Amino acid sequence: MKHTLSILVENKPGVLTRVAGLFARRGFNIDSLVVGETENPLLSRMTITVDEQDQPVEQVTKQLHKLINVLKITDLDPAGSVERELLLIKVKADAKIRAEIMQMVEIFGATIVDVTSEVLLIEMTGPREKVGAFIDLLAPFGIVELMRTGRLAMSRGRRAT
Amino acid sequence: MKAATVILEALKREGVDTIFGFPGGVLLPLYDALYDFDINHILVRHEQGAGHAADGYARASGKVGVCLATSGPGATNLVTPIANAYMDSVPMVAITGQVSRHLIGLDSFQEADVTGITLPIVKHSYLVKDSADLPRIIREAFYIAGTGRPGPVVIDIPVDVTKEEMEFDPAALPQMNLPGYRPTLKGHPKQIREAARVIAAAERPVIYAGGGVVIAGASDELRELALYGHIPVATTLTGKGCFPEDHDLSMGMVGMHGTPYANYALSQADLVFAVGVRFDDRVTGKLEAFAPHATFVHVDVDPAEISKNVAIDVPIVGDAKRVLAALLVEVRKLELSPDRHLPWMEQVEAWKRDHPLIIRESEDGEIMPEWAINKIWEVTRGEAVVCTEVGQHQMWAAQHYLCRYPRQFISSGGLGTMGFGFPAAIGAQVACPGQLVIDIAGDGSFQMTLQELATAVQYGLPVKVCIINNQYLGMVRQWQELFWSGRYSHTCMDCQPDFVKLADAYGAEGHRVTRPEDLEEVLRLAFGSDGPAIIDIRVKREANVYPMIPAGGTVHDMMERD
Repeated sequence: MKHTLSILVENKPGVLTRVAGLFARRGFNIDSLVVGETENPLLSRMTITVDEQDQPVEQVTKQLHKLINVLKITDLDPAGSVERELLLIKVKADAKIRAEIMQMVEIFGATIVDVTSEVLLIEMTGPREKVGAFIDLLAPFGIVELMRTGRLAMSRGRRAT
Repeated sequence: MKAATVILEALKREGVDTIFGFPGGVLLPLYDALYDFDINHILVRHEQGAGHAADGYARASGKVGVCLATSGPGATNLVTPIANAYMDSVPMVAITGQVSRHLIGLDSFQEADVTGITLPIVKHSYLVKDSADLPRIIREAFYIAGTGRPGPVVIDIPVDVTKEEMEFDPAALPQMNLPGYRPTLKGHPKQIREAARVIAAAERPVIYAGGGVVIAGASDELRELALYGHIPVATTLTGKGCFPEDHDLSMGMVGMHGTPYANYALSQADLVFAVGVRFDDRVTGKLEAFAPHATFVHVDVDPAEISKNVAIDVPIVGDAKRVLAALLVEVRKLELSPDRHLPWMEQVEAWKRDHPLIIRESEDGEIMPEWAINKIWEVTRGEAVVCTEVGQHQMWAAQHYLCRYPRQFISSGGLGTMGFGFPAAIGAQVACPGQLVIDIAGDGSFQMTLQELATAVQYGLPVKVCIINNQYLGMVRQWQELFWSGRYSHTCMDCQPDFVKLADAYGAEGHRVTRPEDLEEVLRLAFGSDGPAIIDIRVKREANVYPMIPAGGTVHDMMERD
């Protein structure tokens, strides 16, 4: 089972290295990793997805807690949280098929951010599965290039993650 | 005030009386400040020696050890001692010089990314970018190194930072900023009551105690618990001395080269009360077969050690001293009868009687190594501070130098660092002036850091090095004999210096013993002198350490003798 760990860390040099280094040293695998600023400039948020099958998540979080710069770790429950990925995808789209693609863009709530005579550059956000489904649908048209971020997640309701 | 002086003032404020170090280019401002500063500096002959000496000093005294090395190679020479301190949870602050801030990242002369290199082997580290941060960083470093589960902290300081002028008021303690560091010290009361209940219910209890008991200063509490509950005690290598080994309830060391009775007891126990241990593979052997019938209670200050290797039934996160004190109160409420598990105590006694550690004096006129250790123990009446190197002699020392006190036995447990013992003994001697400090060494290990003889002589530190000399890298040779068809690939080291002449060359005292009948007299002579000494004890070359449970094995695989 995939676990999404939301890790609040001090915004200091080397903290990402410490976290990533710990994963490497203990032989833990990272499925995806997102780092960014928070509402507090002194803190950063890392959202790391790990697979329980590869390593016991409890041991991962306990080891992470030992890092002095790690303040809080939340193992987000999928039902109680909202998760998003960002996708940028460049698809072949000549005049004949352009309309069909634009229809899918609309259905998925995606946005076309750049157009040339040959390709469309589409931006889309959503849960990982939805992003995957969108990619699958576009694949037959010919994907020129694709980039997706890791998973970002926030707990639902009033409580902070 | 110069930042270099501020560093020394801040160290002094932390109670530092001794620094083990070696100067270098980027340390010039700091060493200049040290020139007439009221802190003792021990000049080692290699930075590794500084690190291990700080380690030995810390283990012997319970204080934070401090070592100092210059940038680049000086700092990388500290990597082994830092890793060693990390593995055995030794409080240490390692200060390294760094090139000037504007030269960092440019592959400058003697530049190495020390905070990067040491990242996986430190409890925490700092690269000081602003001299104004120095007082806070030094305070935090000592606090982190010495509290919770202790460990090494690196402070890397660029040379230009140390040259800056700044304000410093020794009376004004800087505010620490460690929101992410809050060790849990008080055990959960419900868990402690549960532990008391399982202790009372146990029919075949064993205490498995380790270095954490020594670090927490919890020996008195441990002894009370063992005595009140009539529970036999097995210790790890780093736990030696946390329970008096000459006590009836002591089973000595457990694990690969532990006593048969400790290993039998764990294999049959229905309760393992583990405290300050980490279920190391040298103790457990095959994990699935380790204490297979037992309920596990585990007391440790590091939550990540709980259920890391063995699933724990009653985990208690907290400081061993506080948890054991609270547990004693709960256990006493249950009014345990001393003979509630009489058959078990009889069984343990029977194992001790039937499978004692064997001490043979000599074979073919040659000294047997375990007898030599036993003789050292006898001559010192078990009162010396004993450091060891790593290998066969270390295991013989662990088996046969019975310790009565915590901090009496100083050995590289986790990392297994050859060359650790001698500089560690120098550090221990600094921490314990007037006490007899012995390094039980192997001829291979001693050759790794023997240049510190000059340090011992220079500072009049009367460390006694007892080389258990078999002219082999004995432990590896033993494995080659037992598991690799006797193919002694590169373990024969019969080309070695004349250790007596070597001692003489350094201005120390040297002795050689080849016959059993001479050993006692030479030991008395060497231990009685007031300077450092080497005693080259020639032992039977192919003696093995027994008992031995092969790596990954179980108690059923135990080899008791040749």
